Amino acid sequence: MATDLAPPPTKAASKSGHRRPGVGLRAVFGRYRWLYLMLLPGIVYFALFKYLPMYGVTIAFQDFLPFLGYSGSPWVGFKHFEELFAGPDFGRLMFNTLFLALLHMLIVFPAPIVVALLLNELRINILKRSVQSLVYIPHFLSWTIVAALTYVLFAADFGVLSGWIRDFLGDTSKIDYMAQEDWFRPLIILQQLWKLTGWGTIIYLAALAGVDPQLYEAARMDGAGRFKQLWHVTLPAIRPTIVVMAILASGNLLDSGFEQIWLMTTSLNRSVADVFDTYVYYSGITQGAISYSTAVGLFKGVAGVILIFGSNWLAKRLGQRGLF
Amino acid sequence: MKTMKHKKLNTEYSTVGSRVFDAINVAVLVGLALITVLPLLYVLAGSFAGESEISTRPFFLWPEKFVTESYEYIFATDAFIRALLTTVIVTAVGTVVQVLLTFTMAYPLAKRYLPGRALVLNLIIFTLVFTGGMIPTYLVVRDLGLLDSYWALILPLAINPFYLIIVKSFFQELPQALEEAARIDGCNEMGVFFKIVLPLSKPIIATFSLFYAVGIWNDYMSPLLYITDPNKWTLQILVRQLVSTDAANALSQMDRTWVPPEQGLKFAVVVIATLPILFFYPFLQKHFTKGVLIGGVKE
Repeated sequence: MATDLAPPPTKAASKSGHRRPGVGLRAVFGRYRWLYLMLLPGIVYFALFKYLPMYGVTIAFQDFLPFLGYSGSPWVGFKHFEELFAGPDFGRLMFNTLFLALLHMLIVFPAPIVVALLLNELRINILKRSVQSLVYIPHFLSWTIVAALTYVLFAADFGVLSGWIRDFLGDTSKIDYMAQEDWFRPLIILQQLWKLTGWGTIIYLAALAGVDPQLYEAARMDGAGRFKQLWHVTLPAIRPTIVVMAILASGNLLDSGFEQIWLMTTSLNRSVADVFDTYVYYSGITQGAISYSTAVGLFKGVAGVILIFGSNWLAKRLGQRGLF
Repeated sequence: MKTMKHKKLNTEYSTVGSRVFDAINVAVLVGLALITVLPLLYVLAGSFAGESEISTRPFFLWPEKFVTESYEYIFATDAFIRALLTTVIVTAVGTVVQVLLTFTMAYPLAKRYLPGRALVLNLIIFTLVFTGGMIPTYLVVRDLGLLDSYWALILPLAINPFYLIIVKSFFQELPQALEEAARIDGCNEMGVFFKIVLPLSKPIIATFSLFYAVGIWNDYMSPLLYITDPNKWTLQILVRQLVSTDAANALSQMDRTWVPPEQGLKFAVVVIATLPILFFYPFLQKHFTKGVLIGGVKE
């Protein structure tokens, strides 16, 4: 099948598969020059915009002064990290970030699994396809649009949903949901459910389509009804997919999603809205504390790597296949 | 055999519990679909409604009186026209750059015999796990002199590593015989790529063009970070300005004698920023699930 395991024959290649004399670096480059040439722009991209910033992380250990540059700025060790950990913001940032992550894992993460299972049980094909087409749409809309929709629906004076909630509670006061600390997290989670759930079903639906029909046959022979089949055949079959998705999600635990949070932050809900992502922007770009905010970003990045490897290790310990 | 299976299925699905479940399932899923689209339809209806209707009627999918003042106001402002034009051009140019770079890089990476391929792949996968973060990336963009340049909205996002890996997996599945035939006819790798491989990849090119285009069109963070000149604002920034601050301020260069429709403006700008995506969506929908799953499931 995989015929490209062997290189294409060229005039220079000898018939026998033995190592030819004179296969130096230069010969290799000469032979594959077109492929390497095609690779070059991409490599430049990754070097410039991915690896150069990784090197730039060193300024977290400096008091970075732009006119002195990366090499000239004085090294200060872990000063900025100490400042972060000892500072008044750290506890609040950690709590806000982790609380949102917890809500995400408990509510937003399982939602596509449930919807995929329901879609899978839907036997009217036209309906199934229509529902799918519609629930995919929000994935393609920007967070600014989602924030605008939230505003339109929840605005204190003319919002549709805020009006309904008011009627339902028999309350006459107009609540400004965007400004209320208590409403920040529910709104964030609602937005994520609306935007992410439909698209998230794709991968689970594919896994469900791959389940061997013979397993269902066998279950039926043993007298399993639909619910028993769901529990004993379908769910175990997609468990590996769920585990992989969970590992991937765990790497993003500290990534609250800059755009969404930033767009929903107002001067009145900052105490619950500040997360690591927005804090890096705020302290680095608007306040100009470049080294300090790089240190915050680096802390977040390293913690994310530890989380992803940790959960992968855990998944393997629990007898799952894991990612690596 | 087939009829037997059918009979079994029918008896199984005709139990009371099973039927109740089916009914609830249909209701839940239709409800979900409605929750997805109703807000969008409401905004569309609201964008054609008058100010008083928006503030007095709680929910409607058809305006009582059909008015276009919100759109007239928006299209009469320089700030909006400029933002729209900027976003269209940046999206078009950016998508071409991104697709070209992604596909040319994915092709050699699909060749298992290429020396050094594993190293490059591992370096790419590492960027999925660890990144320099916002500030060091910002400094690179600044040092390259890209601040306040539209290239800052394109180049830092030129290759999405996830897409790259999916396209690479797709190339690996292509039949090799075709490429070999072309090589015998005297094509070099570059010729094979442009004459044979790319034409075969049209559906997946369409898919990733859509993904990339949507990404740039919707990008709010890059213009927020890299664009400080209000004359270079993109549509997403303008949407944000219109919704969060009072609308008249955001389109400040306006004719002050005309009272802007405060709420209607918000509805209209959401519609305009959403419309292109919803317009292309049906054409590409048949492709993207396949596009996402190639590689994705197998990995």
